[in-house]
Amino acid sequence: MSALLACLVLPLLGALAAVALPRRAVAAVLAGVVALTLVAAVGLAVAVHSGGVVRLALGGWSPPLGIALAADGLGAAFVLLTALVMAGVAAAARDEMTPQGAGPRAAFGFWPLMLLLWGALNAVFLSRDLFNLYVGIELLTLAAVALVAIGGRAEAIAAAMRYLIFALAGSLLYLAGVVLIYGAHGTLDIDLVAARDAAAPDGLALALMTAGLLVKTALFPFHVWLPPAHASAPAPASALLSALVPKASFVILLRLWFEAMPDLGTDRALLLLGVLGAAAILWGSLRALVQARLKLIVAYSTVAQLGYLFLVFPLAGGAAGAQPWTAGAWTGAIFQALSHGLAKAAMFLAAGLFMAAAGSDRLGALRGLARVMPMTAFAFALASVTLISLPPSGGFTAKYLLMTSSFAAGQWIWALVMTLGGLLTAGYLYRPMAALFAREGGEGVQTVARARQAVPLVLAGLAILLGILSAAPFDFLQIGRPEAAEEGP
Amino acid sequence: MTAALGLALDAALCALILGVALAVVAGRGVFRAVVFFIVYGLLAAVAWVRLDAVNVALAEAAIGAGLTGVLLLAAHGRLRRAEAAQDLAHGMPWSAALAGGALAAALGWAWFEMPIPVEPGPELAEALPRAGVGNPVTAVLLNFRAWDTLLESIVLLAALIGVWMLAREGDWREPLGRPQHARPGGVMAGFGRVLPPVGLLVGVWLVWAGADHPGGAFQGGTVLAAVGLVAVLAGVIRPPWIGAPLWQGALVLGPAVFLLAGIAGAVLAGGFLTLPEGFAKPAIVTIEVALTVSIAVTLAFLVLGPPEAEGAG
Repeated sequence: MSALLACLVLPLLGALAAVALPRRAVAAVLAGVVALTLVAAVGLAVAVHSGGVVRLALGGWSPPLGIALAADGLGAAFVLLTALVMAGVAAAARDEMTPQGAGPRAAFGFWPLMLLLWGALNAVFLSRDLFNLYVGIELLTLAAVALVAIGGRAEAIAAAMRYLIFALAGSLLYLAGVVLIYGAHGTLDIDLVAARDAAAPDGLALALMTAGLLVKTALFPFHVWLPPAHASAPAPASALLSALVPKASFVILLRLWFEAMPDLGTDRALLLLGVLGAAAILWGSLRALVQARLKLIVAYSTVAQLGYLFLVFPLAGGAAGAQPWTAGAWTGAIFQALSHGLAKAAMFLAAGLFMAAAGSDRLGALRGLARVMPMTAFAFALASVTLISLPPSGGFTAKYLLMTSSFAAGQWIWALVMTLGGLLTAGYLYRPMAALFAREGGEGVQTVARARQAVPLVLAGLAILLGILSAAPFDFLQIGRPEAAEEGP
Repeated sequence: MTAALGLALDAALCALILGVALAVVAGRGVFRAVVFFIVYGLLAAVAWVRLDAVNVALAEAAIGAGLTGVLLLAAHGRLRRAEAAQDLAHGMPWSAALAGGALAAALGWAWFEMPIPVEPGPELAEALPRAGVGNPVTAVLLNFRAWDTLLESIVLLAALIGVWMLAREGDWREPLGRPQHARPGGVMAGFGRVLPPVGLLVGVWLVWAGADHPGGAFQGGTVLAAVGLVAVLAGVIRPPWIGAPLWQGALVLGPAVFLLAGIAGAVLAGGFLTLPEGFAKPAIVTIEVALTVSIAVTLAFLVLGPPEAEGAG
């Protein structure tokens, strides 16, 4: 319980300190908060692994009066992912986000916003209360939008504005659904909602909440805000935005469709979510294929990679509840979210280093950089291995699990989409890779410290490691999974 | 009041709200829309009073009509200076109207289909005497669902940092907001001396009364923020710079006290945000006072906007 608590309060306390303390003190506090929260996240994962779901009734009031928190395998895995990415980004941004490096405005804003984002993500991953989840994603949204605006140029502010309007519309739709649930059932607790007597507006409530969360997860066709926002933020901010932020609304979608209201998962609704996911894979990949700037390629790649997550709905949702293949599909989607988080953070950080060296992220400017920055180029290549889903990466395990379950379920069409998506991913990542590893070029670029180059390599390496050690995380993700109890071994 | 009279009043109120809402979206001109939006907020506040939700009414009037109105008027002023206001509000944005209409129809349908709203269960009646405060809204906000309120108070801080990120690179060390010049001896300067003491009293009373009557940190904080804004507009006080230690401390005081009280609960009372029965009232009042300070400063800074140099924009 204390590890769970530390994951919630440490980043928030750190954010308050980063606002109130003078600059010199902030660096020390920051290092302490990042290290302690990382330890707490590991501690929470260990506690869940050894003792099962960790629960906490806040203030000693149990639902429906109070708010319940719980760390199951799903929640604890995302808390750990967040801690790893945050620690990496903090290490990478330490020298960049200073008054000398990025200006006093960005240097002031980045650190509290990063910690607020961290606190909000953990609050969302651990909450069991629909309204508390709303407050969590509000904090997440405002911190995320501000991280885009840090970019400072007119295009960054325009992208932040567009992001804000989309995200707030999504929030309102979600809130409208929550209001309907509370009006009909007098409770906001996910477990009590799961045990409710069905009421007529339940379907509308789920539809509204889902629509709002799809906007925030940037699922096709609601993705238009994402590429400009993620491409115009500073690289460490882009890493957080792409690797972590859309995963929060996705986890809430999992909680709604698999835990709170699985009875409403009709075949048609689940199919629609799957079709939108497939469209995102194809459209995002095709758009990534024609971009001329590295950060836009990586951002459109996020649109495509988020699409894979939504194949979980037709493969594991609704009446399919207790089929033999659902555990594979469910776990495959979460593996995809985790490995994409690690690989995409590595990619954006690498892109930031390339920009620092070459002064631009146009593909033409990146030619030959691999010879000057072999470590960063290797990190980018490793992250690409995960996104293309080559063995033995975490991305491979994810798509292997999703593919075998789509064959087992007789829904081979999703396997076809995934194969096509893999080929397109190889295609759009080949272009930056060809530029990086070109024989000529690379003269007259700024040198980048080796310590900064190590961070993307570690994150990309972790994404590969997730594939090599896939058995342990597979079992971990089953802890507290609703159908796991019924299915048996 | 007889039932028939009440019904007539409610029907008139509903018609007014709908009419004013229509005037906001359908009328020409940004300024008219802003004024109607403020009127709409005030009418909505009256509607909340009719629904016996005085807490919500206070919040709606103070934030929905008051501060949001000031923000919108300030935005209109900037647009006019940039001569960008003219190309707005020509013709109906049909896609938005369609989406809004469909959502309203769906929610209307749900309202008819909805079972009679569940009364707060026996859990609330049983727990309220142990909550430390008589106002059930305050009990929910600061005890039963304190985690929501704690996060909400931090949401305000995130919003403020976001607004500050819009500052121009060269203006970071300037005072917050556009430089204000009130004519000495003018109306604004006079207001600036008379209103703040009165507002201060009202704001503090709203916080204190919030323990057992409608009111609380958000409503009181908003009134205090308005007091500060009037004083700045009248030139009585100068807005601070980002990084002024006292003001930065005021921004985080509320969330910090709230978080530390929650952690103290975990250490001393066996659970995060747990308030032992005997300590509940003083703890809640302390948290509310600290929150009020932070909410007032944050809201005032939000309305002032990012730092701006003289003559910029």
